[in-house]
Amino acid sequence: MREITYEDAALEALQEEFRRDEKTVHLATDIAEPLLQEFGGERVRSTPISESAFVGAAIGLAGSGFRPIVDIRMATFGFVAMDQMMNQAAKITYMFGGQAQFPILIRMTVGTGMSMAAQHSINPYPMYMNIPGLKIILPATPYDVKGLLKTAIRDNNPVISFEHMGLGEFIGEVPEEEYTVPFGEAIIRREGSDVTIVALAKMVHLCLEVAEALEKEGIAMEVIDPRTLMPLDRERIKASVMKTGRLVVVDEACRTCGTAGEILASVVEDVTVFKGLKAAPKRVCGLDVPVPFSPVMEQYVVPNKEKIASAIRAVMEP
Amino acid sequence: MLTIRRFEERVLQEFHQGNLPGFIHSYIGQEAIAVGVCSHLRIDDRIVSNHRGHGHCIAKGADMKRMMAEIYGKKTGYCKGKGGSMHIADFTIGMLGANGIVCAGLPIATGSALAAQLEGGDRISVVFFGDGACGEGEFHESLNLASIWKLPIVYVCENNLYGVNTATSYSMAAEHVADRAVAYSMPGIVVDGNNVSTVYETAQKAVNRARAGDGPSLIEFKTYRWRNHFEGYGLPDLRPKEELEAWKRRCPVAFTERQLIDRGIVDHEELKAMDAAIMSQVEEAVEFAIKSPLPDPQDALENIFSP
Repeated sequence: MREITYEDAALEALQEEFRRDEKTVHLATDIAEPLLQEFGGERVRSTPISESAFVGAAIGLAGSGFRPIVDIRMATFGFVAMDQMMNQAAKITYMFGGQAQFPILIRMTVGTGMSMAAQHSINPYPMYMNIPGLKIILPATPYDVKGLLKTAIRDNNPVISFEHMGLGEFIGEVPEEEYTVPFGEAIIRREGSDVTIVALAKMVHLCLEVAEALEKEGIAMEVIDPRTLMPLDRERIKASVMKTGRLVVVDEACRTCGTAGEILASVVEDVTVFKGLKAAPKRVCGLDVPVPFSPVMEQYVVPNKEKIASAIRAVMEP
Repeated sequence: MLTIRRFEERVLQEFHQGNLPGFIHSYIGQEAIAVGVCSHLRIDDRIVSNHRGHGHCIAKGADMKRMMAEIYGKKTGYCKGKGGSMHIADFTIGMLGANGIVCAGLPIATGSALAAQLEGGDRISVVFFGDGACGEGEFHESLNLASIWKLPIVYVCENNLYGVNTATSYSMAAEHVADRAVAYSMPGIVVDGNNVSTVYETAQKAVNRARAGDGPSLIEFKTYRWRNHFEGYGLPDLRPKEELEAWKRRCPVAFTERQLIDRGIVDHEELKAMDAAIMSQVEEAVEFAIKSPLPDPQDALENIFSP
């Protein structure tokens, strides 16, 4: 199968959906050059740096029969448009009693590792999960980013796509033929019988590397990538923990009130799964600090292979 | 105008008898603006309203029964009881919703005007907001966006001189909201919002401009709300009593009635009959709301997402 980058796969998704549905419109502060060339300046608009206005405009477009795609770029800029996302997009389908649809795709990059300091480095998806009315995707591979974005564009609701900035150049298999990836279906990236690892975004790849290494120590890790956070495939995660009896959740986002905590709670509050646990579950998360600038400090505050491996060894202790 | 007045009076009565949950932002005193502007709109034109939105809904052609049912929190309301007074919407008549967050409707309306432009017809959008909204960044962002894209939209500021209890003479650096239109290269007009003829004529120019594809306008209507910021408890009305009395003497409804009589368009009897007919419609709406079933508690779990 051909291999392309995460970024190119995402672009292909947009190109294909723009060809498929003439109601799609692109709004972004940057000029989306390949889209602009193919689809023209009416549908592919560059905007002033006015996040609230263009996210709100996307809501107005969606409520008027269009399918806007908004590229906010960094998730830290998304905070500027928080009212439009949290109070408007997330709630108005509900507040209006379901009488109108708001199909909107909002893309943002997340993550750390580029020495860009705290105002350009963050993983804010847990707080979005706490606002009902938004669907949330977190693609970790080129295959998934393409398939999930296509599903997102066709969905009749606001969908937020959080794309890790460390994955843009990541290369992976993407078929030439048409496909989509459904929401709410976690994928088992590697099967194993000793411990279930739920890994998010870039952490999936770190955990797969750790799995290779720990196999030599006789530990068989099962690595699960939820792929979408809203809806979240709790059943597949629980089924895996039923099999292994052990759970480690790995997420680059801050630990407190995080997605990792939500996943962990969902698993342990199920009495059957709880009774089958062989060890107390663990989280490996970003530390509760703003992401620092200097590389030595930045690397210290996020999960790495050593931290992941030591958490896994700890849950494997008899 | 009289329909809005009678509807709002009845809502106040129901509220103060303890029949309505939540709280109410009354439109009484500002009726000429919704009516004078919406008279130019077709059913396929789109409007976005704000927390003080009952008048805009009625002027755009919303069903008072379903409005009242929503205000009562009933299952038969426009939003199935999920929105209430501040969030009435009727997408079938181009009423894209009232909004509880000051100024949040401006970007949404601007997007609906972009939709109209992309559709290629001559539909337009109108957004109603108060003077308070002009202190928000989204006001400036929206006007700028509409101007650079030449969107078919009319920004209608109902300047009732106070954001809750804070006077615009204090909170706004410019004398008029409309002065700010210069910065966004669009016409900015300040007129009396209590004279429906003036409202109608002013709105016509802006609506024609938008329909012709010549771009957005900002109109500022000076007006006054007769009631406190909202009905309910805990918020004193600190505006000068004599100011309120002076504005009440400039009642937009009474003024229009006098004009119609003076010009011989209607007589007292006809006005009385009209009023009686309106009153009975409003009563029907209240009766419909009262007789309607409450939502089932578990209805709260529906409509979070569209199918």
